Amino acid sequence: MSEKLLMKGNEAISEAAIQAGCRYFFGYPITPQNEIPAYMSKRMPKVNGLYLQAESEVSAINMVYGAAGAGARVMTSSSSPGISLKQEGISYIAGSELPCVIVNIVRGGPGLGGIQPAQSDYFQSVKGGGHGDYKLVVLVPSSVQEAVDMTIEAFDIADMYRMPVMILGDGLLGQMMEPVVFKSYEPRQILEKTWGTTGTEGKRKPNIINSLYIDPKDLEDKNIERFERYKYIEKNEVQVEVVDCEDVDIVLIAYGTMARVVKSAMKIAREQGYKVGVIRPLTVWPFPTEAICKVARTAKAFLTIEMSMGQMVEDVKLAVNGQKPVYFYGRTGGMVPTPNDIVEEIKKISGGEKL
Amino acid sequence: MTKAFERPKALADVQQHYCPGCTHGIIHRLVAEAMDCLDINGKTVGVAPVGCAVFAYNYFNCDMQQAAHGRAPAVATGVKRVHPDNIVFTYQGDGDLAAIGTAEMIHAAARGENITIIFVNNAIYGMTGGQMAPTTLAGQVTQTTPYGRNTQTQGYPISVCEILATIEGVAYLERVSVDNVKNIRGAKKAIEKAFRYQKEDKGFTLIEILSTCPTNWGLTPLESLDWLRDNMMPHYPLGIFKDKGEDKA
Ligand SMILES: Cc1ncc(C[n+]2csc(CCOP(=O)(O)OP(=O)(O)O)c2C)c(N)n1
Ligand code: SF4
Repeated sequence: MSEKLLMKGNEAISEAAIQAGCRYFFGYPITPQNEIPAYMSKRMPKVNGLYLQAESEVSAINMVYGAAGAGARVMTSSSSPGISLKQEGISYIAGSELPCVIVNIVRGGPGLGGIQPAQSDYFQSVKGGGHGDYKLVVLVPSSVQEAVDMTIEAFDIADMYRMPVMILGDGLLGQMMEPVVFKSYEPRQILEKTWGTTGTEGKRKPNIINSLYIDPKDLEDKNIERFERYKYIEKNEVQVEVVDCEDVDIVLIAYGTMARVVKSAMKIAREQGYKVGVIRPLTVWPFPTEAICKVARTAKAFLTIEMSMGQMVEDVKLAVNGQKPVYFYGRTGGMVPTPNDIVEEIKKISGGEKL
Repeated sequence: MTKAFERPKALADVQQHYCPGCTHGIIHRLVAEAMDCLDINGKTVGVAPVGCAVFAYNYFNCDMQQAAHGRAPAVATGVKRVHPDNIVFTYQGDGDLAAIGTAEMIHAAARGENITIIFVNNAIYGMTGGQMAPTTLAGQVTQTTPYGRNTQTQGYPISVCEILATIEGVAYLERVSVDNVKNIRGAKKAIEKAFRYQKEDKGFTLIEILSTCPTNWGLTPLESLDWLRDNMMPHYPLGIFKDKGEDKA
């Protein structure tokens, strides 16, 4: 199973889910993620799995809730406007401590926005999205191979912490074709879902999947308990790539496909004599605060680059914590910054124009 | 000595929170009795709504999930598709099922989803204090129709069984009532039949139960039963609206 295949990001994500043992997929059409439901509808019946096209994203996520509560590995995917509709369900899933994987192949917004790639759902993914005190683990792949590896890992993370995990990609990642390898899947842990609603068979007390705690003290306790788990995740699940950040003037920070452009910009800038490095978060929650904070001691400035009006930059500022200036450069609405755009920004910052 | 009356095994031994005289309690008992009769407690997964029956997850001796407002049929779909051998039911009020959850209801029916919906129609939003429901009758006074429901500006009541009867995937639809002993017996039979059909993989089943809300109707429990008979029954006639099983037989 380790031969190289050429696959579109969206299809690779779908296959990865199947390799990870996901047998239930509930979807609804929206561009630019349509290859995922298409792939699932073809593949699932071949592996005794289920593809179901729901009547809306609202229904799809609630089917995910039911299936996850019944103990299944389950996934749904959508793009920005559809993910907005799923937020109620995501909040219930988080509140009921259910594991599932949600894929967001982001397009420009707000509103109906556009269908071109964007990163403008960062706040929605990382800062809550739905109501209440909760988090998602948010994985941000920048290549098709990484999308595969992360999708597989997402199911393990979800089961381990009993929480929803999001794969946050964009139209570029979803549509691009790259070679991928599917390694044979080894779960992190084998976890028996003793809490699932599978029917008591008269052998145990009823299992209840629920997020309602009418006594405020109970609800507070529940939230505190969940945030203790989040603290553990912040310590143990951060993934970040730090590229040549020793002894640099400017650190470029970007995630997902944007980070690929930023790496090209770094190369050009270095050839022109600028001392720049790159930090690429692979998880945006938990955020690589520590890695950034550490580099902030030696670097002179940070430049965050996003396909948005500036969202992750707020977390970068919190991580840098006033030690050094943090700049932002972004394009939005489906426009993608080019390496040369980024090099121009580096020049402005270095030339003191921005200092 | 034989016991003439005892708690059904499928009904949990806890105090329910329903108002005195509310027929939600009777309906819970009927659902539990039907589960006992078919001996399916260990196989059943119930889905509780948002509404007065939100705590139903504590009241049945079977696995339960609590669903967001109106989403119970989607949640039940998820459960049933993972465990097709389980008996999966939702318990929903009229606001939950026929307003915010209309899409989930109709499409679960259209898919012929092999689940059972216990639909409690009390013509009002009970839990939030008695606002207009999609089933509120023309002229009926509620907190948000203080001058009576004006069909010109507030529209007409929705008849769930009549709507669903047009859908191919539906196996069994019956409207029953719990206003007297005879009707209570009929209601129990209907619920049992729905569960049996589900066991036999016949498809989507829904039992609509005309129910009272003395608290928000502003009536005594007894007056409420009269109001149900005098006002709800003429508009929502009892009877079977679809029965695929009997068609075939
Ligand atoms: C999304 C959402 N909107 C509104 C509410 C508030 N709410 C709670 S119960 C309810 C109405 C329930 O009425 P019904 O379904 O008729 O059931 P009953 O209480 O009469 O049994 C509403 C609107 C909510 N919990 N969630
Ligand atoms: S508010 Fe109405 S429906 Fe709710 S428990 Fe009380 S009487 Fe029953």
